[in-house]
Amino acid sequence: MKKILLSTVLAAAVATTSLMAKDLMMATTTSTDNTGLLDYLAPKFQKDTGTTLKWVATGTGKALKMGSNCDVDILFVHAPASEKKFVNTGYGVDRRQVMYNDFVIIGPKQDPAHVTGLAPSKALEKIKENKSNFFSRGDNSGTNKKEISLWKKAMAKAPEKAAWYVQTGQGMLRTINMAAEKNGYTMTDRGTWIKYQSQKGDKNPMKIVVEGDKSLFNQYSVITINQEKCSKVQPKLAKQFSDWIVKDSTQKVIADFRLLGKALFIPNANK
Amino acid sequence: MSLFIDGFNEALQLLASGNDSVYSAIAVTITVSSWSLLISLLIGLPLGFLLGYYNFPSKPVVRTIVDTLLALPTVVIGLIAYTMLSRSGFFGSFDLLFSQKAIIIGQIVLGTPIVIALTATQVESIDKRLYLSLKGLGANKWQILLTTLVEARFGLMTAAMTAYGRIVTEIGISMMVGGNIKYHTRTITTAIALETGKGEFVTGIALGLVLFIIALMVNIILSVLKRKWV
Repeated sequence: MKKILLSTVLAAAVATTSLMAKDLMMATTTSTDNTGLLDYLAPKFQKDTGTTLKWVATGTGKALKMGSNCDVDILFVHAPASEKKFVNTGYGVDRRQVMYNDFVIIGPKQDPAHVTGLAPSKALEKIKENKSNFFSRGDNSGTNKKEISLWKKAMAKAPEKAAWYVQTGQGMLRTINMAAEKNGYTMTDRGTWIKYQSQKGDKNPMKIVVEGDKSLFNQYSVITINQEKCSKVQPKLAKQFSDWIVKDSTQKVIADFRLLGKALFIPNANK
Repeated sequence: MSLFIDGFNEALQLLASGNDSVYSAIAVTITVSSWSLLISLLIGLPLGFLLGYYNFPSKPVVRTIVDTLLALPTVVIGLIAYTMLSRSGFFGSFDLLFSQKAIIIGQIVLGTPIVIALTATQVESIDKRLYLSLKGLGANKWQILLTTLVEARFGLMTAAMTAYGRIVTEIGISMMVGGNIKYHTRTITTAIALETGKGEFVTGIALGLVLFIIALMVNIILSVLKRKWV
């Protein structure tokens, strides 16, 4: 009981101080949050620099939007094409690569559409022929953008109107959970997939069906919001973070972030 | 069913272990919703009294507006608050988005119309002879306001309770303008949404239990107060 009281008091104290403290505000993708990476990095960042990191986890699309609304100081996202556009509009500066992993297509263990081991576009075609449920994030996130580009490669456009093509409008783990419940396929980043595996253990009904293709590469970068466009942002704190995350020692910390013995993200900052 | 029972058991263990992210969500919820309720009452009680007590030509219009506000979904309030509080919005210079203050502001928009509408109804339902006797006894405006509010206290407590119930359980406002930031703006409801989204149903159930306990305690306090005041 004492412990409970103590933690409530502590939490209340934290809650109250946050009413005034000035902290680094980040918009990021669900994968860095769902996997627990940011929970793991934030205290280390705080310890090294004294700055508190606060983040809102959403799709990359909305994260970019938050950036151009000047509501955050830094972005940590994974949709290179949109990111470059964002930098070209002048809202973003100093885009730096941080780490990568890869996308995988996952599906039910029985693999009803028989796509295991196929190339991504071939697999999507077969899923379509078989009318197996395919769960799309449908939320303009980095993963969603990549998935749509794969559909475009496989056929002219994503089968948006098809009854078997389900757009969840939700985060990655929730979308995987929905696909698992409904015996469907979905595409996810490997980090979130490993997180899902570690949650489900033996009860996991899903497996990787497609992986390893060059087109499935997934690069994460940080982008500082340009103070010339957004007078209220804190570029100094943002720079502090982006310098910190590309530092050798932090890159090693990212490499050491593992679940089930597997690395979720592979650092590749080239400073 | 086993998911629920396992979840329930593990939820109790999680609560007993003093998990700091769970307790932080509880603390944020209580802090934020208490402020929202307090301010909603400060604004809503006098306005509700005016609306119930006085007759004026546009009264039906005002009444309709207040009643319509009651029907606004919290995501709509959240959305409006977001566009206002965003740095590119009207009140952007106050730098409020993704803070507890932002949630409080949104929740005041949610709670105040409830307090106004229910207070007005209570005041209207009070025996008209009360005003006449008060006037006859030479009471001034403030004394009439106070006496009426005291006379209507149970109804007003119900108004406050209803507002608190809506504020504590809302998710749209907290999610949109709070941003669901761990240890800062993550409330019980946004935490439940997040945890179930990640498939962490146990944590979700634990938080749901807490919300239930909060509601239970508030209702116990209320019934004790009622008995004392009769």
